[in-house]
Amino acid sequence: MTEKTQAHHHILPLSVYFTIAGILFVLTAVTVIVAGFDFGAFNLFVAMTVAVIKGSLVALYFMHLKYDNKLYGTALVLSLIFLAIFIGFTMLDTMYRGEIESIEGPSINKEAVIYNQDN
Amino acid sequence: MEHVEHPSYLQHHFSDAEQQAETAKLGMWIFLLTEVLLFGGLFAFYAIYRAWHPEMFVETSSLLDVNLGALNTFVLITSSLTMALSIRSMQLNNKKQTVWMLVVTLLLAATFLVVKYFEYSHKIELGQLPGHFYTYEGLTSVNPHIFFSIYFTMTGLHGIHVVLGMIVIGWVLVRTIKDDFSSEYYTPIEMTGLYWHLVDLIWIFLFPLLYLIG
Amino acid sequence: MSSTAGVNYLNEFKGIKSWLYTLDHKRIGVMYLFGVMISFLLGGIFAVVIRLELMSPGMDIITADTYNQMFTLHGAVMIFLFIIPAIPAAIGNFVLPLMIGAKDVAFPRLNLTSWYIYIIGAVFALYSIVAGAVDTGWTFYAPYSTTTSTAVISMTLGAFILGFSSIFTGVNFIATVHKLRAPGMTWFKMPLMVWALYATAVIQILATPVLGITLVLLILERAFGIGIFDAAMGGDPVLFQHFFWFYSHPAVYIMVLPGMGIISELIATFSQKKIFGYKLIAYSSMAIALISFLVWGHHMFTSGQSELAAVVFSFLTFFVGIPSGVKMFNWMATMYKGRIKLDAPMLWAMSFMFLFAIGGFTGIMLGAISIDIHMHDTYFVVAHFHYTMMGGTVIAFFGGLHYWWPKIWGRMYNETLAKWSAILVFVGFNMTFFTQFFLGSQGMPRRYYNYLDKFQPLHAFSSYGSWVLAAGFVLMAVYLIHSLFKGEKAPENPWGSLTLEWQTQSPPIHHNFENDVVLDHDPYDYDTRMVIDDKLIKKEDTEG
Repeated sequence: MTEKTQAHHHILPLSVYFTIAGILFVLTAVTVIVAGFDFGAFNLFVAMTVAVIKGSLVALYFMHLKYDNKLYGTALVLSLIFLAIFIGFTMLDTMYRGEIESIEGPSINKEAVIYNQDN
Repeated sequence: MEHVEHPSYLQHHFSDAEQQAETAKLGMWIFLLTEVLLFGGLFAFYAIYRAWHPEMFVETSSLLDVNLGALNTFVLITSSLTMALSIRSMQLNNKKQTVWMLVVTLLLAATFLVVKYFEYSHKIELGQLPGHFYTYEGLTSVNPHIFFSIYFTMTGLHGIHVVLGMIVIGWVLVRTIKDDFSSEYYTPIEMTGLYWHLVDLIWIFLFPLLYLIG
Repeated sequence: MSSTAGVNYLNEFKGIKSWLYTLDHKRIGVMYLFGVMISFLLGGIFAVVIRLELMSPGMDIITADTYNQMFTLHGAVMIFLFIIPAIPAAIGNFVLPLMIGAKDVAFPRLNLTSWYIYIIGAVFALYSIVAGAVDTGWTFYAPYSTTTSTAVISMTLGAFILGFSSIFTGVNFIATVHKLRAPGMTWFKMPLMVWALYATAVIQILATPVLGITLVLLILERAFGIGIFDAAMGGDPVLFQHFFWFYSHPAVYIMVLPGMGIISELIATFSQKKIFGYKLIAYSSMAIALISFLVWGHHMFTSGQSELAAVVFSFLTFFVGIPSGVKMFNWMATMYKGRIKLDAPMLWAMSFMFLFAIGGFTGIMLGAISIDIHMHDTYFVVAHFHYTMMGGTVIAFFGGLHYWWPKIWGRMYNETLAKWSAILVFVGFNMTFFTQFFLGSQGMPRRYYNYLDKFQPLHAFSSYGSWVLAAGFVLMAVYLIHSLFKGEKAPENPWGSLTLEWQTQSPPIHHNFENDVVLDHDPYDYDTRMVIDDKLIKKEDTEG
């Protein structure tokens, strides 16, 4: 058996690190500038898209996920899925409270003949 | 035993160094997963209250200094870069460069905390504080103190992670200087790097969510 | 056998320091075992006192305030200090590496750290007794927990610290199962106990951090009034329940999944038959782990959460019944036409199946909103979760303890007394808790100090049951402690089991196995293999 060490792990060229850092800087600038404009509901979407791209770059290149065992990436994705479940299900409660009580039908006196006669 | 010449860093229950390194990395990633969910609780808070009070979040967020936030983003990304480079240097057996890269990472982390200190002290001065401590009167929306509760717990927990990260980086720096690592074995630096990148990653999300609303 | 005969992990190194600094998973497991047994004793004493107080309405032996503190301590000690660490950290630590043919867990130092953290957390939690015992119930619901004058911070800090211990165990087990399996031990040749511990570890690492942040927020709310759970400040106390149950519902599967793992081992070994539906049992463990995260809202049907969320949570809750049912039927199919040996561990296993079935069915009942609205916070719920947690996990834990006892200590216990203990516990348990189904369905609310006269006979009967239960455990303590000193020497493989931990000496040597392990059979190949005098042989060889 050959002696297995860490030595034959993937070594990335310097240019990869600097390119990624460069893209991250640019994206940071972009997200700040874009925040100055008002896209209404899309503000959050735009900001989060940029953040997700930046985050993925850090994870894929700086954290070597792109070259490593897929198990590690799976762990990260798993944590995000369960976070989404947590936030999603909780908001299923917080955004829809009291809906059964608050259903509003047309008011009675508009429909009922007896009231209409009075008007 | 078959493996007569065990390297000093190899623990008895692993059959070779690769298995040991891979196991350590898996353990670290699982730990990072728990970190994501730890912060996740706070992100959940953020999401729920922002959905409840969108206008309040827009108004209170405008009290944060975008320039300082952006500055800190640049600082952390740069520190992530130097951290990654320190590992690369060790892979190439360039100890001197590793030491320098770790020192720069530490300095950048300290810069981040200094900027945070100025932000915090400014907020404390104005009474833009969580819960009962909130005394600022320049806002019209209801319950603005909730935003600051979230702001301080999120950035506070992140700040604690930065401090812990600095301690760990300091520790691997000392071990690097003491010649504990080589291109054969540098797992502790690699683990520290993973942790430090996660701290950076979380800030990448905190920055737009807290500073760039509206 | 060899020159090392007589040397084992217990006697190879001597002195208290060799224990306090040990990195051996077996010794750490044993140290955990002491920790959880002491906690079980404490929690048990609290329980007996509670039952004594409830013998009749009004005050019997303790005041109402003491009573509130007593049931809080009973819950917190039993859950955080006993049930959660009992099977994974104590038994699991001992058997997991042995079962997969590894020399240790992946991170021995982290393993030892987790034990120390457990002790520190326990000290914090128990300090709260001195500092003004907590009376919030083990759930620490806001807003009461943020306003009461009792020592909530000490107790929650304790639970927070204990969470780290649980996470470290989880990280360790996942890495161990992924990376340290012996050659030949593929995923589908792992014993089902290992699958169960793996699924448990997945829940531990995904859920526990959320409990951590919840308790931190509770402490911040209490100490600084950050207003997040305070309705008067625009906060929302119901959110606390969401956060709490996102951890604590999966946590009940942290408790019961490893118990199910033990039962799979016991049923297969004592039926001497290939386990029925191996893959289904393995997958159902993972399915339970997943579904456990989707149902927490069924604890909150009356909390004021939205009707939409309640319906969704109720619907999803029913799905938990499927993988649990799969396991039940597979165990029964395994026993069918097996060569069943009714040794003490098997009695515990059968007791588990009976009690957990009741616990599971009543759980499905409570998962239905219309029933739950009526049963919520009554003794029906108390009975239900004791049938799952105690009838499930605790019974399985003791089944496992008896099963692996010869391996852990190298000594046998008194089999007759062990059978009596299992029977006493089974009878006492049903007396105590089946009664409470009646109490609950008649409207007796949980956690009440005083009650209507009409409930008195049932309460008294339940209390008598608790004495029978206690007698069963005292008996067990007597013969187990006796066996430690005077027990007969145990053979390598007293039960004729095929899993790897029985193929090394009892107790095992420091490095677990004398030679590197190579696996050449499935863990439950009882159709083709058998054990005679500690030797594993192929059946064709004997039968010709």
